[in-house]
Amino acid sequence: MPAGATYEPIATQTLSTSAASITFSSIAATYTDLRIILVAKGDSASAPMIQFNGDTSTNYSGTFVAGSGSAASSTNTGANDSRIRSGYTSVAGLSSTIPHMYTFDIFSYAGSTFKTVLTSFSEDNNGSGYVGRGVGLWRNTSAITSILVGAGGANFLTGATFTLYGIKNA
Amino acid sequence: MPNTYVLISSNVLTTAAASITFSAIPSTYTDLVVRWTGRGTTSGNYTITFNGTGGTSYSHIRMTGSGSAAASGQASSTSFIQYVLSLEDTSYTANTFDSNEIYVPGYATSNDKPTGGTGTQENNAALSYMNVTAGLFRSASAITSLTIGAQSGNMVADSSFYLYGIKNS
Repeated sequence: MPAGATYEPIATQTLSTSAASITFSSIAATYTDLRIILVAKGDSASAPMIQFNGDTSTNYSGTFVAGSGSAASSTNTGANDSRIRSGYTSVAGLSSTIPHMYTFDIFSYAGSTFKTVLTSFSEDNNGSGYVGRGVGLWRNTSAITSILVGAGGANFLTGATFTLYGIKNA
Repeated sequence: MPNTYVLISSNVLTTAAASITFSAIPSTYTDLVVRWTGRGTTSGNYTITFNGTGGTSYSHIRMTGSGSAAASGQASSTSFIQYVLSLEDTSYTANTFDSNEIYVPGYATSNDKPTGGTGTQENNAALSYMNVTAGLFRSASAITSLTIGAQSGNMVADSSFYLYGIKNS
């Protein structure tokens, strides 16, 4: 990695009380890509998700592959979802006792094309859980200036950490 | 703005070795990333351990694609995190090396340590594997050393390992 600051922390939050979501706002357009690293427990097993610029309408979609420890499978949200999910809603999810890691890579977030996202979920519970990857789409040409990171119907527990990084290509 | 993706240490093998260890890892970063490329004398798996800890402190779930099918497996209460079928061996096309990454968030915290990673083989042949792995290290201790090993045999010369630290502020 070169010494130039091409991978920079934009903001980080650690929950002091449980919360259903956090928001990164006022995201500058000075980077090429964004990355979110989330490490969290939750009060129920739902899949963390993101939404952009306060858009809660059905402008999102996603496709996933997942391993359960016994089988691999793939599914998608179908058209017109209301969020970009980290993984399957039917299987992937937060644990109340073991921290899981999630990543969201958001490409060309300040561009004028629709926005694509790569997701990952690492949810090993020492004998159960899931691992997988996903791709998401936000059908909007606006630059992303805020990102809500939600627990997908659950609450993130105290201590959950959320970090937003900016990546420059020059 | 700080430089947040910093090379902490590297190790390029000049002779075959069963494992390499990054030790004396400072606690000054938020997350760790190891990226490595390797090849082994025996087909199989990489193992990853922290702080020299064995016992039953680890577990993993993996999903593997072979080029013709996908599968998933897991192991609980193990003595290492296993990167299944990520290690290319001498039966693979000459000069091809596997490529791998493991991400360890919150390595200096007192929480259990989740990890996520990807291992890839590609050797212009019918059979190659890629896998994604979720690993868990159940320990309240900060990670100060990290060992990557071949589960069987050795990793050959020119296998290359790079440890990066990432800061969130």
